[in-house]
Amino acid sequence: MYDVIIIGSGPAGISAGLYTARGNLKTLILYYEHNNITKANKIENYYGFEKGISGKELYENGINQAKNLGIELKKEEVIKVEIETNNMYKIITSKAEYITKTVILALGANKKTLQIKGIANFEGKGVSYCAICDGFFYKNKEVSVIGSGRYALSETNDLINIAKKITILTDGQKAPEFRADNVDIITKPIKQVIGKDKIEKVLFKDDTELKTDGIFIAQGIANASDFARKLGIIINNNNIEVNEEMETNLKGVYACGDCTGGLLQISKAVYEGAVAGLSAIKYCKKIHNNFAKK
Amino acid sequence: MEILNITNQNFESEVEKSQVPVLIDFYADWCGPCRMMSPIIDEIAEEKNGEYKVGKINIDQNQELAMKFNVMSIPTIIIFKDGKPEKTFVGVRSKSEILDAMK
Repeated sequence: MYDVIIIGSGPAGISAGLYTARGNLKTLILYYEHNNITKANKIENYYGFEKGISGKELYENGINQAKNLGIELKKEEVIKVEIETNNMYKIITSKAEYITKTVILALGANKKTLQIKGIANFEGKGVSYCAICDGFFYKNKEVSVIGSGRYALSETNDLINIAKKITILTDGQKAPEFRADNVDIITKPIKQVIGKDKIEKVLFKDDTELKTDGIFIAQGIANASDFARKLGIIINNNNIEVNEEMETNLKGVYACGDCTGGLLQISKAVYEGAVAGLSAIKYCKKIHNNFAKK
Repeated sequence: MEILNITNQNFESEVEKSQVPVLIDFYADWCGPCRMMSPIIDEIAEEKNGEYKVGKINIDQNQELAMKFNVMSIPTIIIFKDGKPEKTFVGVRSKSEILDAMK
């Protein structure tokens, strides 16, 4: 069991980890894709680098700094974050499951609304971002899941015993390896979604169509807002809502960096990571009194 | 303020014929995010006491109402004015965002 699991290894996540580890919390950092920062050719507006520094180098320095401090880092895709009993959280990754007292979400900017024509018009009217929350409404109906990775398969699994039929729409991506009696896979690129009061069908670029009662969006890897939505954390304008202590409305869950919106800068991410780390320390001390037995 | 338990039976009298606007929280017991919404609804009910009625609809027990208002995701919050849906929020929202819509 961990005191804190930090999801994300950019400036916010590493900064949080530096504080929690130095505060004696048993810390795990989970990361998967390269951080946005690595795309920055040269960073010239961050304190202390007189000649600037490449994003990749700054990112790698951060990872090494965390490793030097003895922080555990694992490259695993996080698929689910669940509430356990006794104020604990369960993190399910592509490889394992972990139990933790606190969670710090530092996964970078949230995805924008899927750029498929019509999707935005049907949010809450057949377009859903959470199978476990909304699956009930599609009992014995035919639904689609847009996506092709592990996250899409996880959403499919949450629907498999509820919906009559599920079609995974990869929208031009490679079909995942997945077999179940009531699951089909279509790899054709999507043109748009159509309906009146609620969603009715998906139109593909080759002008064929698929009737559907609901669409679950699960493209790529899950990001902070995907986890937040399932946990009941408040999202405002696609940003996770936090207070000055970087606390979300769910006790023991913090968010920092680009996923909270505002200034998308390293300095802000580092600051928020530090605050989130300190808040997690305070919380662990207060609620649990003693740290995890190592 | 008391949070009303709205059902298929009392929807007409409590919501459609209400003299004041009504805020309804569509929820289910199994829905995790709904549990996070619940304390926010309680606070709103307290602050808007007298101006608004606040009620909850259990969608498991009142599926007709969920279908009637196209509720396909929970929590869903609908503000009714003159018995008609005026504003809908899907998913957990902040107190301030909902209070803004109730001004």
